[in-house]
Amino acid sequence: MKILVSIKRVADPDNASKLKVSSDGTTVTSEGLEWKMNPFDDWSLEAALRLTENAAEKNARVGEVVLVSIGPNDEHTQRIIREGLAKGAERGILVEADEGNLDAGVVSSILKAIVDKESPDLVVMGKQAADGDSNVAGTELAEKLGWPVINYAMKIQTSDDGKTLEVKRELDTGVATVKVTGPAVITTSDRILHPESVKNGVTPDDHQYAKLEVGGRYASLKGIMQAKKKPIDQVSPGDLGVDTSKSLNYKKFELPPARSGQTTFVEDVADLVDKLHNTAKVI
Amino acid sequence: MANVLVVAELLEGKARKTTLCAVTAARQIAEGTGGSFDILSIGEGAGAAAEELAGYGAGKVLKAEIAGGYTCEKYAATVAEAGKGYDVLVACASAYGKDLLPRVAAKLGAGVASDISEVHTDGGKVSYTRPMYAGNVFGTVEILTDKQVVTVRQSEFEPATASGGASPSEDIAVQADPAADKVEFLGVEVVKSERPDLGDADIVVSGGRALKSAENFTNVIEPLVDALGAAMGASRAACDAGYVAPELQVGQTGKVVAPKLYVAIGISGAIQHLAGMKGSKTIVAINKDKEAPIAQVADYFLVADLFDTVPALTEAVKKL
Repeated sequence: MKILVSIKRVADPDNASKLKVSSDGTTVTSEGLEWKMNPFDDWSLEAALRLTENAAEKNARVGEVVLVSIGPNDEHTQRIIREGLAKGAERGILVEADEGNLDAGVVSSILKAIVDKESPDLVVMGKQAADGDSNVAGTELAEKLGWPVINYAMKIQTSDDGKTLEVKRELDTGVATVKVTGPAVITTSDRILHPESVKNGVTPDDHQYAKLEVGGRYASLKGIMQAKKKPIDQVSPGDLGVDTSKSLNYKKFELPPARSGQTTFVEDVADLVDKLHNTAKVI
Repeated sequence: MANVLVVAELLEGKARKTTLCAVTAARQIAEGTGGSFDILSIGEGAGAAAEELAGYGAGKVLKAEIAGGYTCEKYAATVAEAGKGYDVLVACASAYGKDLLPRVAAKLGAGVASDISEVHTDGGKVSYTRPMYAGNVFGTVEILTDKQVVTVRQSEFEPATASGGASPSEDIAVQADPAADKVEFLGVEVVKSERPDLGDADIVVSGGRALKSAENFTNVIEPLVDALGAAMGASRAACDAGYVAPELQVGQTGKVVAPKLYVAIGISGAIQHLAGMKGSKTIVAINKDKEAPIAQVADYFLVADLFDTVPALTEAVKKL
C-alpha cells in the first residue's frame, strides 16, 4: 500500500495565545514561536505508518509513505519533513510556495497534481491545520480527484483483499461505520491514536500500540539517522501546472478581545453558589 | 444582492437545530444585500422536514429525498446542482456541514469560508469573520469566486425563530455521483440523551482527566449535570481515556460551545480546550491547582478537590 500524507508547518499551537497581529492588521506574526508539524497531520502520519508496517516485527515496513509539504523552501519546512521521515516515512516532497499565496482551494489543487504523479492508494491527512482551522482541503482534494473522502476517522481496518477499508468516523451525534473502496482520502480524529485504532492485516490483530497521549510516535535514534539519507524532492506549483488563483482574501486579522474582569477565587461551595445565584445570576 | 441557499441538516427525519443557526446567518446575508433565501431539505425524511422548515420566511423550501445513511458523496451532486441558482450556500459548521459543503464547493468552483462567527454586509459586499489559530486570532475574509460557500459556528448564531407563513415547497431531482458508489454506509450508533444538546445548552458541565474513570463521571459529574439541567462535556484527555463518548469533547477538535454558564471540573485548560469554551458568558473552574491555565478564562475559581466539592455543589444546587 502506498499512502500520501500531507504535512504542514504551523506556529507552535500550544503557544497560539502568544501570536500577534501587525499594526495594520494585515498579517499574523508568530515571532518567537517555534514551527511545529501540524498536530492533526502528525496523527494522520501515525495512522499511515500503522497501515504500512508490521508492528510485531519492529515496525518493519510493508508499504510506502510519501510525505508532501507545501510551504517556504527553508530549514523549518525541511526539518518538519525530516521529522516525518525519521518516524518512518520513505521520502518527501516539498512544494515551494509562500504561505500567503495559499488557501484550501490552492492546496487541494497542488495535492491533486502530486496525487496524479504519485498514484497512491490513499491520501491520509489532517482534518484541519491548527493555524487556519478551515477543515476544507481534504474534502476538496477528494472531489477534485473524483475520490470518496472519509472525514474524522477514528478506526481503520483493511479488508482481506486490501481493496476496501472499513472505517469508523466521528459525527456530532455518534459514530458512523462505512466501507470505502480506494483510492480514497481519509482525515483523522483524535481517537486514531488509540492502541487498537488501525488493523492492516499484517500486524497481528491483537497487537496493542503504545498509548499515545498527545501526538504520533517519537522517532527512534536509528530513524533519525536514516532520515538524513532519505530523499526530499523539490517542486514548484508551476512545475506541476497548477492554477494558483486564490478564492479567499483576508482583509484583516484581529486578536480576540480579552475576557473582561478578573478571576474571583471563591472560598467554598456556599460562596460559589451564592456568586452564581446572586451576582452572575446564571443558576 | 445575494441570494442564499441554506443546506438543512436532518437527523432521523427532523431538521437539527443547527439548521436554524444557518437560517439566521442566511437571513443576515440576504437582508444585508437586499437578496432572499431558500432552504434545501435533503436526506431521509426531507419531505416532512421541509414542512417544519416552511415557517421560517424562506422564499421556498426545496426537497430532495435520499434514503439510507448519509455520506457526502451521496448528497453533494444534488446540493451543487441546486446551488447553481444561488450566490451563497450556507450550512452549520457541524460535523455534517464541514463534511458536505467543501465537496459541494469544489463542484461549483467556489471558495469556502468555514466556521464563521460573524457576517458583514458593507455596501452590499459580503465578508465574514472567522476564528483561526484555536480562537487566538480572528480573520475577516472575503470570498473572491462567483459563488460563495459558508459554514457557520453554531454557538455564534442564535437559532432562527419561526416567522409564520408557509414557504412553498418544490421537489428537486437527486443527482447521481460516481464517487457515491465507492462508499457503503454500514450503520451509525446514534447516542441518545435526555439532556440538552451540547451545541446549544444554556449550561455545560465538563469533566477532565482528573475524574480518573468513567464511573466517576457517572457518580460525580452526572448528578451535577442533571441538577443544573445542563449538557455534559469533557476534555480531550477524558474522551481519549474512554471516560465518556468522543462526541462530548469540547475544544478545537471537538465541539465549540458558548453557554451562559460553563463549569470546568478537573480540567487544566489546554489551549485546545479553551478554544472550545472561552466564548462562554460565565466560566467556573473547580481544580486543585490554582495555577492551572483554566484560570486565564475563569470568572470564578474554587481551589478544591473535586471529589469532595462536586457532590456538595450538587446538593446545594438542588436546594435553590
